Amino acid sequence: MADAHLKDEIPDFQKQPGAAVDQSVGVTNWSALTSGPGRRTAMEIVAIILVAVVIIGGAEVLIDVFDVEQYVLPRPSEIVTALVSDFGLIWPHLLDTLFELFSGYAIGASIGIILAAVITQFPFAEKIIAPYILLLITTPMLALVPLLMYNMGFGYGPRITVVALASGPMVMINAATGFRRTDLAKIALARSFGASTLQIFLKIRIPMAMPMIIVGLMIGAIFGLLTAVGAEMVGGGFGLGNRLQVFAANIQMPQFFAVVLVLAILGILIYVGFFLIGKKWASWQS
Amino acid sequence: MGGNEAGRPKLAVEGATKFYDTKSGPLHALDNFSIDVRDGEFVCVVGPSGCGKTTLLWSMAGLHSLTSGQVLLDGEVVNGPHPQIGMVFQEANLLPWRSLIRNIHLPFEIKGKQPDANWITHLLERVGLGGFEHKYPRELSGGMQQRASIVRALSFNPSVLLMDEPFGALDAFTRDEMNMMVEQIWLETRKTIVFITHNIAEAVFLSDRIFVMSARPGRLARTFEVPYARPRTLDVMAERDFFEMVNEIKAEIHHGTPAAQTPAAGGQQTVRAHG
Repeated sequence: MADAHLKDEIPDFQKQPGAAVDQSVGVTNWSALTSGPGRRTAMEIVAIILVAVVIIGGAEVLIDVFDVEQYVLPRPSEIVTALVSDFGLIWPHLLDTLFELFSGYAIGASIGIILAAVITQFPFAEKIIAPYILLLITTPMLALVPLLMYNMGFGYGPRITVVALASGPMVMINAATGFRRTDLAKIALARSFGASTLQIFLKIRIPMAMPMIIVGLMIGAIFGLLTAVGAEMVGGGFGLGNRLQVFAANIQMPQFFAVVLVLAILGILIYVGFFLIGKKWASWQS
Repeated sequence: MGGNEAGRPKLAVEGATKFYDTKSGPLHALDNFSIDVRDGEFVCVVGPSGCGKTTLLWSMAGLHSLTSGQVLLDGEVVNGPHPQIGMVFQEANLLPWRSLIRNIHLPFEIKGKQPDANWITHLLERVGLGGFEHKYPRELSGGMQQRASIVRALSFNPSVLLMDEPFGALDAFTRDEMNMMVEQIWLETRKTIVFITHNIAEAVFLSDRIFVMSARPGRLARTFEVPYARPRTLDVMAERDFFEMVNEIKAEIHHGTPAAQTPAAGGQQTVRAHG
């Protein structure tokens, strides 16, 4: 304690309050995902819909004109028909996939956030652990699925595990970027009111990290979905990934594309959900 | 007003010396700095950039520890943040994710106390922020943000207000307006105020006494008494002896500068901050 005075940081306010945001996040800077091109006018929305109509209608017409076989590419109308009429076949598998995604993600994301919060308080430990986290992110976790199935069987176990392994590090590395933001003046402000370390964490550090935590949660969820579907394709008799395999093997192309459509909608819902959460909890940053 | 019991100063800095540990070795920020501030007095500390003004204020607020020397509040050593000390930071320092009123409630949340709603409403009306309670900082102008931060500092009714270049980022007109407002609030509340600035005219306009600091390491170079009667108006700033005092202080600061321009090479960039 004798040298406590040397540990004080020089009060430096080069960083403006709003600009204290670290934009140099490098490989993990996915903030483009949350920003988007801004509010659209009614005409732009009409244009977006028009493009969809032209592409879908064009596909319908072209497939008809060139007499493309259904096993090569089914018509959009056949896909929609299959989705509606065979939804009873797809539905249970959608629930399986959602169950794996939610369970794995809940485990991975909570560990990721807690680990990020703890590790950023210890710069030395963080420096040691960082490369391994990066290794977890850069290694496709799908590669572990055969091994996990060998050990855990063909049930939910290996899938949930691999979803957690894929989403956790993504959440962690982004959340850590958020927790690493230190705004000396804001922490000093809280301290001047007598705030404890816990209060500083709850009232300053967590809100300040929130935008990056939300970005991490979004990417983690999307990675989790990818991984869940991939794992289902490797083995086991259920889940949307497994249906893709089955429908492809049976040359049931309209059903195959109906599953792809369901997955696309799932992905979009994840994106929109986190976009709205970000709007509510992190809009102060823009 | 003149002091409480036995003429003891409200706030005293005694032999404050401060070194920072930087990559290029220890940085000498404050050197044996001593001042006394009377109860209800308004003092300013002026000095060149990087002379340790902020270090001094943060030490007075108990946010920094001193290498040697001490800060006394009502005769007791300040060795951590103190409930009788309110702090106004540079650039308002509001939390952007909180509405104005929730920013003002922050000290109460931290202290676990019920906010004094009447007093806060009075203060908000007083600084012209009535009706803006639910706005977010980004929706307020720089001047309004700084007024909100003054309300925040006064909200828990501390007896001492430490202000760290609060108006440095504001334009000249807004700054004049804010200075008038601060004087009025001081006349109403009679807080003991220590105000840091590098704007000498602002210091002369506001203070009872001005402490001029030398360039780093910060030492007390000279003390000026400001004689003008209260309340002051902006007309004071147009008077001849006002100019003379401003020029004299300026000369004092420049006079001290050359000698201190020879620190170790690396130290120079690290302390580009305002004072």
